Amino acid sequence: MDFISILSIFVMACFVGYYVVWSVTPALHTPLMAVTNAISSVIVVGALIASAAAGSASSKWLGLLAVVLASVNIFGGFAVTARMLAMYKKKEKK
Amino acid sequence: MDLALLSAAAGEHGGTPAWAMLAYLISGVLFILALRGLSSPGTSRAGNRYGMIGMTIAMVTTLVTHVPMIPGDAFNSYVGPDFMTMGEIVAAIAIGGGIGWVIAKRIAMTDMPQLVAAFHSLVGLAAVLVGWAAYLNPEAFGIVGADGAIHAVSRVELGLGIAIGAITFSGSVIAFLKLAGKMSGAPILLPARHVINLGTLAGIIALTAWFTQDQSLWVIATITVLSFLIGFLLIIPIGGADMPVVVSMLNSYSGWAAAAMGFTLSNTAMIITGALVGSSGAILSYIMCKAMNRGFLSVIAGGFGAEAAAGGGAAKEQRPWKRGSAEDAAYMLGEAEKVIIIPGYGMAVSQAQHALREMGDLLKARGVEVKYAIHPVAGRMPGHMNVLLAEANVPYDEVFELEDINSEFATADVAFIIGANDVVNPAAKTDKSSPIYGMPVFDVDKAKQVFFIKRSMGGVGYAGVDNDVFYMDQTLMLLADAKKMVEDINKGLAH
Repeated sequence: MDFISILSIFVMACFVGYYVVWSVTPALHTPLMAVTNAISSVIVVGALIASAAAGSASSKWLGLLAVVLASVNIFGGFAVTARMLAMYKKKEKK
Repeated sequence: MDLALLSAAAGEHGGTPAWAMLAYLISGVLFILALRGLSSPGTSRAGNRYGMIGMTIAMVTTLVTHVPMIPGDAFNSYVGPDFMTMGEIVAAIAIGGGIGWVIAKRIAMTDMPQLVAAFHSLVGLAAVLVGWAAYLNPEAFGIVGADGAIHAVSRVELGLGIAIGAITFSGSVIAFLKLAGKMSGAPILLPARHVINLGTLAGIIALTAWFTQDQSLWVIATITVLSFLIGFLLIIPIGGADMPVVVSMLNSYSGWAAAAMGFTLSNTAMIITGALVGSSGAILSYIMCKAMNRGFLSVIAGGFGAEAAAGGGAAKEQRPWKRGSAEDAAYMLGEAEKVIIIPGYGMAVSQAQHALREMGDLLKARGVEVKYAIHPVAGRMPGHMNVLLAEANVPYDEVFELEDINSEFATADVAFIIGANDVVNPAAKTDKSSPIYGMPVFDVDKAKQVFFIKRSMGGVGYAGVDNDVFYMDQTLMLLADAKKMVEDINKGLAH
């Protein structure tokens, strides 16, 4: 993809992010931070590419280390978000 | 670069098959839905699942399109699949995933702010490592031109990605240490720190520009080192209670770092995610700053609370105040019709949320109306109090935001303040010279009776200002550890 197409996606996504995040209820701001943390670990894509590529051993090991770090975040981030969200309950109807 | 693979990829963008690009787009959309789900607790759990599916799609797509191969000789482009490397990748995911899973299951809810800060630091460091990996093996990332040099645009993206990642990392480490109490939460002020910081930032920008002309190792290495340094310098002067802004800001940075790497890889999932996370953190920082009536720059400049505390100590006058006991509080709470509870960071510190929920239950059993009022900056991260109350099984429809409940204090019999201070300080409304002037606060002075749980009369709030609420006629100070005091009140309410 050329730079302008990528930039267009980026700018549009910023607007989507702006409106979606304003609609998040303040009570869920902590889970919001935890889940944004988990999804920003999509950087693992770059780490996997580096790990799988032949040609540079140092690049591969940096990639593998990044895979470990990003995986901590992915599994930890989604799991802790799920744990928090499971706690939010409505008043029981009696 | 392999010629056979190159020709196979001809007609497809940057060597990524069309189906893979679609898959990345889908995972980006699923991430949007993950955040969208958080608009209400009822839809949030489904949202989190969309997020997990999105991440799975992104990872599987990458693994399938980048199967490790053993490079071959002049006759064969590759010898065969590199099972060794595949094993290493799976092991890396398993090790990281296992650590993350265990931490997520074991962490106490009160420790959530430092956990989030620690997780931010990992994203930052991962971005730095990926940036370096791309610099060392640019062919693998498809960012080299015909002349063998990295594209100029890609160099800027790499420089930015590494710089933002490094700032996120070192800044988050400091935020983590401060939040976990492993380092003093007090601001650490270096002389001429603004000059040092601005100089370092200017250096990073200049070097990134230079990097487009000269792709030597020293340039990118210096950018990395300076960025680690500035992240550290930016966060040490910021005090503990400004951490909600800092954590949100670092959240935002981790997003921009992912976006920069997404540009390098032309990866839509990374770009969409980066933009989402970046805006999310920026909006949260804005909400927090507004809730303190302070400019973002003033928070980031740091040092808040340090000067005020130093000045306020000398001119302190002794004013009369009343001390209450748990029995007094239990009696008056039991007789009330409507009680509004205002939790703050002190509740988190003493882990009083479970005892507090019990108190709420005992009061409701007596027909008392109980509501919880949460200030946007209560605690050490956005939504911190809400999570703790949810952990203690407080139904979320009993918990209200500042603007939704503030008019109700006039009809409340009791305002019950537990571990909060600055957010109920009327000086924010009346005293123009106060450092917290203009900050929206709870109108607790309108309630008939105020109970104020506080460890001792000596300490002032984070802002270092005295609080008139202590000395009001209708205020009874309950001086004790928050959890202990609430438990004593519960004993009084039980019979």
